[in-house]
Amino acid sequence: MTVWLRRQKRLIDYTVASLLRRAARNFALLAVYTLIVFVLATVMLFTHALRQEAMVLLDGAPEITVQRISMGRHDLIPASYVDAIADIRGARDVRGRLWGYFYDTANGANYTLMVPDGDRYGAAPDVGETVAGAGVARSRGVVPGKYLFLLSPRAKLFKLKLKDVLDADSEIVTTDLVLMAESDFRAFFDVAPDVHTDIVLKVRNPREVAKVAEKISNALPDCRVVTRGDILRTYDSVFNWREGILLALLGGAIFAFVIFAWEKASGLSAEERREIGILKAVGWETSDVIKMKMWEGAVVSLGAFLTGYVLAYIHVFYFSAGLLEPVLKGWAVLYPRFELTPQVDGVQVATLLFFTVAPYIAATLVPIWRAAITDPDAVMR
Amino acid sequence: MAMSDTIGKAGAAGVLFALGVAGVAWTALDVRLRADEAAIRQGERARLARVLELTDLALFTEARYTRHVSQSDLHSAFQDHPMSLDHFPSGSLIGARRIHPGAGSIIGEQP
Repeated sequence: MTVWLRRQKRLIDYTVASLLRRAARNFALLAVYTLIVFVLATVMLFTHALRQEAMVLLDGAPEITVQRISMGRHDLIPASYVDAIADIRGARDVRGRLWGYFYDTANGANYTLMVPDGDRYGAAPDVGETVAGAGVARSRGVVPGKYLFLLSPRAKLFKLKLKDVLDADSEIVTTDLVLMAESDFRAFFDVAPDVHTDIVLKVRNPREVAKVAEKISNALPDCRVVTRGDILRTYDSVFNWREGILLALLGGAIFAFVIFAWEKASGLSAEERREIGILKAVGWETSDVIKMKMWEGAVVSLGAFLTGYVLAYIHVFYFSAGLLEPVLKGWAVLYPRFELTPQVDGVQVATLLFFTVAPYIAATLVPIWRAAITDPDAVMR
Repeated sequence: MAMSDTIGKAGAAGVLFALGVAGVAWTALDVRLRADEAAIRQGERARLARVLELTDLALFTEARYTRHVSQSDLHSAFQDHPMSLDHFPSGSLIGARRIHPGAGSIIGEQP
C-alpha cells in the first residue's frame, strides 16, 4: 500500500511539474474550463432555487381564479358572477378582486395596482393612502409619510400618501405592487362599481378542485378557470424551459470549449510525444504513462469543477446571481432585489461533475495510450 | 523556500484539491447553517403572498404577460396586433405556458 501511494505521489509530482512546464497554456485551459463550469453551475443553482422559491411562495395562491374572456382577451368580470359561483356546491370564500397594470410615465416602469382584501391583509390602505412595493418606493424615491403622485389613464393626477412600504425581503413577489383602497382604484382606472378584474375562491374539499373548476366552466362558458395546480405547474415548466434556453444559448460556448478541450486533450503536441518517448526510453511502463496523463486530466478537470462550482454558489446565493440580472431584467425598469434560499440538489451536482470531468479525462486517454504503446525510438524521432 | 519544495508537488496539489473539496463541503454546510433563518424569511414572504393572494413572481415587470405568467393567456404576446411579434426580451426567456390536460387543466382556453 505504501509503495502504491509513493508511486502515485511520484506520478503526481511529475504530472504537476509537466503541467507547470506549459504553465501559460494549461492555465488558459483551466480558466476557460472553470468559466464554463461556473456558468453551467450558476444556471443550474439559480433555476433550481427559483423553482423552489416559486413553489413555496405560490403555494398560498388562490385555489381557483376565474377570469372572463372576451374576444380572446382577459375582460372585466361582472359582480353577478360572484353569486353564480358562490351557488356552486363546494365553492367557498368567493370574492371579486381588483387589480390592473399601470405604466408610469414618470420613470417608465410598470406597476401592478391592487386592492388588497382588508380581512386578510391587516395593513390595507385607507382612501387616499397607498402601500407600495420596495421597488416602486425606491424607483420613485418616496418614503412612508410622503406622497406618491400617479397620473391616471384619464390624465387625472392622483395623490396617494405612502402609508408603508412592503417588506424589502419580499421583493421577489411584491416589488412592483401599489396597494390602494377600492374607491381609489375604481376612480383611478374609471372602473364601474359592478365589475371586478377576476374572481377567486376556495374549495371546501381540496380533492374536488378539478370538479368545481369544471362546474364553473360549465356554468360560465365565457370564463377561464386557473387552478393553483396550474400556477405551480406553469412555474415548474417556465423555469425548466428557461434552464433549457439558457443552456441552449450557452451551447455555442460549450461547443467551442469542447473543441478546444478535445484538441488539447486528444491531439498530442510533438513536445508531448517526445516526452512520452523519453519516459518510455528511461524505463516507464505504458501503464505509468497512462496513469500520469490520467492524473493530469484529473488535476485540470477536478480543479476547474471545484473552483467553478464554489464560485457559482457564492455568485448565486451571496450576490443574487448579479451577472444574470441584465438577461433577466430585459427592458424592465423595476427588477426585484432578492436573496434566494440556498438550495443544493446533490443529484444535479453529481450530474454536473460527471458531465464536466469524465469526458475530459476520457478524451486524454486514447491518444496517450496510442503514443505510449508506440516504440520510443519512433515517437522521439 | 517554496511550498512545493518542502512538501513536494504532489503535496501542494493535494492541498489545493483538499481546499476545493472543502469549498464544496462548505456550500453544503452553508445550506444547512442558513436553512433556519432562510426558512423563517421565506415563510414570511409566503405569508405575505398568501394574504395578498399573489399568483406570480415579480421577476419580469416589463410586459403584463411576463409579469403574471400564470394569469396571461397563450396569445398575450401577440394580441396587440395580429402580426405583432413578441418584442420583450423576457418574453423570449419565458416561453408559452403549457396546457396540461386532465384534472386541474386550464379550462376554456384553446391552444
